[in-house]
Amino acid sequence: MNLVVPTMAEMMAKGESPDVLFWVGCSGSFDDRAKKITKAVVKILSHCNVKFAVLGTEESCSGDPAKRAGNEFTFQMQAMMNIQVLNGYEIKRIVTACPHCFNTLKNEYPELGGNYEVIHHTQLIQDLINTGKLALEGGEAFKGKKITFHDPCYLGRANDVYEAPRALIEKLDAELVEMKRCKTNGLCCGAGGAQMFKEAEKGNKEINVERTEDALETSADIIATGCPFCNTMMTDGVKNFNKESEIEVLDVAELIANAVDL
Amino acid sequence: MSSIIFVLLVVFGTAFFAWNVWKIRCNISLGRKLDRSDRAGDRWKTMLLVAFGQKKMFARPIPALLHLAIYVAFVITQIELIEIIADGISGGHRTFREALGGFYTFMISFIEVLSVLALIATFAFLARRNMLTIPRFKMDELKGWPKNDANLILLMEIVLVTCIFTMNGADEAILNLTSNESYSFAVSQYVGPLFFGSITSESTLHVLEQIGWWGHIIMVFAFLNYLPYSKHFHILLAFPNTYYSNLENKGKFTNMESVTNEVKLMLDPTADPFAVPAESTIEPQRFGAKDVTDLTWKNLLDAYTCTECGRCTSSCPANLTGKKLSPRKIMMDTRDRLTEVGDNQRKHGKEYTDGKSLLGDYITEEEIWACTSCNACVQECPVNIDPLAIIVDLRRYLVMEESKIPTELTGMLTNIENNGAPWQFSPSDRLNWATED
Repeated sequence: MNLVVPTMAEMMAKGESPDVLFWVGCSGSFDDRAKKITKAVVKILSHCNVKFAVLGTEESCSGDPAKRAGNEFTFQMQAMMNIQVLNGYEIKRIVTACPHCFNTLKNEYPELGGNYEVIHHTQLIQDLINTGKLALEGGEAFKGKKITFHDPCYLGRANDVYEAPRALIEKLDAELVEMKRCKTNGLCCGAGGAQMFKEAEKGNKEINVERTEDALETSADIIATGCPFCNTMMTDGVKNFNKESEIEVLDVAELIANAVDL
Repeated sequence: MSSIIFVLLVVFGTAFFAWNVWKIRCNISLGRKLDRSDRAGDRWKTMLLVAFGQKKMFARPIPALLHLAIYVAFVITQIELIEIIADGISGGHRTFREALGGFYTFMISFIEVLSVLALIATFAFLARRNMLTIPRFKMDELKGWPKNDANLILLMEIVLVTCIFTMNGADEAILNLTSNESYSFAVSQYVGPLFFGSITSESTLHVLEQIGWWGHIIMVFAFLNYLPYSKHFHILLAFPNTYYSNLENKGKFTNMESVTNEVKLMLDPTADPFAVPAESTIEPQRFGAKDVTDLTWKNLLDAYTCTECGRCTSSCPANLTGKKLSPRKIMMDTRDRLTEVGDNQRKHGKEYTDGKSLLGDYITEEEIWACTSCNACVQECPVNIDPLAIIVDLRRYLVMEESKIPTELTGMLTNIENNGAPWQFSPSDRLNWATED
């Protein structure tokens, strides 16, 4: 299926404006695994006739890893350049599939002049279901499956979004099982705070392995998450236990897209 | 005579405490400015729920209930203290009893029941710290003084409760002996006869009652004056600390305004690069934090509020996987260094430096680079301490002032600056996903 992905530049040229800007993020743009999540989001948006656009080549790193690594200069350079672009297009509402971009745009851009309504893709999808634009009936794709949800720190603790992704999983014909550490008590996957881009400090275990053990304990068939970095870490964790054939790591957007057979 | 001794005890006990509190207040005000004067309503609400209501303690129900017993007993016993002070000054005995009648019996009974619960909780806490192997109580940063500090506080509580029952029990025995009547206090009407019933000398009982009474009040002032030297100061600072909590989303890191001005200048095409910079009204500050004086006053208040319970560390993903980082140690180091800096300044004057700093001499780079910024420590803290804020400011200093950063992160930052992504991809390929299979 060919994806139709309008850019802001194209939309502007036609004199139109989108209802929501889809902020793809670096991972969603360049990481092969995360691109699949990006496509799942686009399929859902298209399926529901949401008028959306992406920045395309005009998008740049939100600056999150720079800020968490302690380099405020690089962060603010990125933020201000992005804000110039976003304000230039008079963007009001942004959806993103990356909790790090979500947190940065939502919380750290306003003080630098970027004021937008920023939502996570699970919140948008929940909204589409609640307003009747997305129907999940008849989807048997996950019948009888056990799904556990790994809370991304920058979605959960950082911004108190715990229910939207769970509400979506509960809409599937599957059983939501919680890990012993979940919601406010959830354990990090190990990628945050710029750790994704460096080796871990010396210790006796990798954090993603510790977290994957929590997930395996639930004997779930699927680990669902809402963050491309968590996805990478959990996928690596599952590989570490050679359980790839038994447990899948999927984004909530992919679950929904599969359930609607997109 | 005893009234004079009592008044002297109260005056000196209070004055010495006030002097130590003033020193701590001075130390905290060595921190950088931070405005937390907004949203008073939300702040009161947070304080009532988190400090007064102990809301976050109940994430772990059993220790929460034990802690609640000691907390409530401590708060309610202060009512009895009013009478002790009145008795001590006037030389009277149970000054309020006649006026309050049945309510007095109820109040003292209530205090006695709570004291018994507190005593049980205290023994449970002693056992938990010394006999059980709970990882958060066995870590390196608790070895030595912090462990003794914790045990000493618990022992003081046992002495306090013992004094209360010696006082009330002996008093009960006197009343039994002299008039065959009873105060009918819930616990001492049984404890009194049990321990002191065999004593038939009224004067011996009086001495015992006085030992309990004086022991109690002396312990109260000893305890009060021990607080500023101890982790136990949280019983007071929990209230202001939760009031001044960070009310923003936890994921929001502070914006560095000094950087904003420079970045704006860099991005402004009309800016004249050779222009003489305008006289700045703000004094130049270090980027990030190297020492405690680079932290905000709230970070420093956090440090004094920490009671070293270790819930932060026990939920820290880095610590759980054997890394050196322990958020509790970050707070303990900050407090220890601040005490040192404050003492130095009082001794040698404001300009004195001892060549040491929080980063390097107390906290290592290895510790702060192990943090995933997951906010588990912030979430866990029962009194809303924010260790992450300190870790981030230490990173900022390392990166922006000293250019000390793990090599892989240098690569990541270069990629962001050159390609607009943390990896080496061309920005022109950013939309390729849309047309790929």
